Amino acid sequence: MGQTFAQKVLARKAGLREVEPGQIVTVQPDKLLTHDNTAAIARIFREIGVEKVARPEISVIVLDHVVPAATEGHARNHQQIREFVREQGIASFYDVGEGICHQVLPEKGHALPGYLIVGSDSHTPTHGAFGAFAAGIGRTEAAAVMATGEIWLMVPHTFRISIEGQLQKEVYAKDIILYIIGELGADGADYRAVEFTGPVVGELTVASRMVLCNMVAEMGAKIGVAEPDDKTRAWLNGRSVAGFQEVFADPDASYERVIEYDVSGLLPQVAKPHTVDNVVPVTEVLGTRIDQAFIGTCTNGRLEDFRVAAQILGGGNIAPNTRLLILPASREVLLAAVAEGTLTELITAGAVVLNPGCGPCLGAHQGVMAPGEVTISTANRNFKGRMGCKEAQVYLASPATVAASARAGEIVDPREFL
Amino acid sequence: MWESVHTGRVWKYGDDVNTDVIYPGKYTYSDLSPEEMAEHALEDLDPEFASSVEPGDIIVAGTNFGCGSSREQAVTCLKYAGVGVLIAKSFARIYFRNAVNQGLPIVQCAAVEGVESGEEVAVDFSAGKVMTPRGEYSFPPLSSFVMGILQDGGLIPHVRRKMGIE
Repeated sequence: MGQTFAQKVLARKAGLREVEPGQIVTVQPDKLLTHDNTAAIARIFREIGVEKVARPEISVIVLDHVVPAATEGHARNHQQIREFVREQGIASFYDVGEGICHQVLPEKGHALPGYLIVGSDSHTPTHGAFGAFAAGIGRTEAAAVMATGEIWLMVPHTFRISIEGQLQKEVYAKDIILYIIGELGADGADYRAVEFTGPVVGELTVASRMVLCNMVAEMGAKIGVAEPDDKTRAWLNGRSVAGFQEVFADPDASYERVIEYDVSGLLPQVAKPHTVDNVVPVTEVLGTRIDQAFIGTCTNGRLEDFRVAAQILGGGNIAPNTRLLILPASREVLLAAVAEGTLTELITAGAVVLNPGCGPCLGAHQGVMAPGEVTISTANRNFKGRMGCKEAQVYLASPATVAASARAGEIVDPREFL
Repeated sequence: MWESVHTGRVWKYGDDVNTDVIYPGKYTYSDLSPEEMAEHALEDLDPEFASSVEPGDIIVAGTNFGCGSSREQAVTCLKYAGVGVLIAKSFARIYFRNAVNQGLPIVQCAAVEGVESGEEVAVDFSAGKVMTPRGEYSFPPLSSFVMGILQDGGLIPHVRRKMGIE
């Protein structure tokens, strides 16, 4: 019997010929990702009583959650992390301004095909877009990985999701994944690996595949993955000196579910407050007043997202009494958007540009909301209070829908701006 | 003290028991001791539980046990209430990990179909079987690594022991 992607990666890392779903293996991850929570993890690490991190070369630490520090407390947190990095000799440390961990890891060559990546962040599955097995873990276990260099993982069952058909104009990866989450539900893929396949996935850019994998967390999945191809190899070219081995599911692998979606007739999708699976076509929420539009985050903060936004704004301005926040996912993205003039167009249209980082997505700073306010956002979560205020509402959509809504001052169908 | 066969009285619940009903959100930002957490265990699902649970009792549930928030207290409160084993058809992923890492034995099988609240079940970890009044249910054996964590009482004591730290 053939093996799924998840089985093959975990079997190889565990030194076994094959593994079966439900089996627990002990493996040495290729990378351990931590961010602003590294100080808390370091405290647990010290509680264990170990002096030195077992494998400092796998540790990648990115300051991104509240950067630059919003308060003295956040500043102290960052200070403790810098001290820990120095003390432990951790080379892969990216300080304030480099970007969001899920963008920085691939850019710096830490997310490679066939890699096993664990991260103390729930959106770690993003790295599956590069053919990596990448799963979120808790803080206590991140501390244990620092102490021992290894972690236990359960081999997941796998859903193979095939995306067929031809996307309409102004319909994007974000619309596909919102639709799937709406169909399967917030726990529809609990503990599962999700393999994305089919002609549409092949046509998507690597950045768009990151959108699909990023959001599998919102249906409970352990990992999401897209097979590496020439686009992946071109993207990675020159970014890493490390060798890697691509891993593909066997053609006769056994899947718990095989699901096909034909997206030819798919409309732009919107997740309404306050759950990510509360998804409707944009046509059902037309005219919803907005106060703020937010384009960025680890879900949709890449160059292609800002290009679409600039194109939709078309040299015009955003609506009066509407704020547009732009949050590039990394320094690299920011520089590219500056160099090609995209950012100039967005600023001219009235946008506020934030520094690379998580920004207002988790409600800590930089554009938190007031009671009664409405934001339409390209982020991945719209839980009550997510953007800092329990009495505010967050709608999730693609960059095209968000940009079009910023121009109109209310939720609109981006296809009207073709 | 670890025993490879654990027998206990059952508290039976349904599907989708979420972390809010296991440990209400209103307590998550209060600085409570594990013993105090135990007093609130399952209070929004089964108000009888916290006052009547006895050491070694077993929770048997349906699918998606522990869904919702990743709060670790939802495991801690059951452990300190005395729960000896958690059995469910399936667990929310982070809950499963939190349970093992905190040293609360966890078993994935359909035993819920063979038992009622108040009856006894026996869990044989070596054989990978749960014996209920109405049949046996098998589960994939836990790896020796995970067994090691459980036997040591959780991930942190386990790592300390393995590294020879007193």
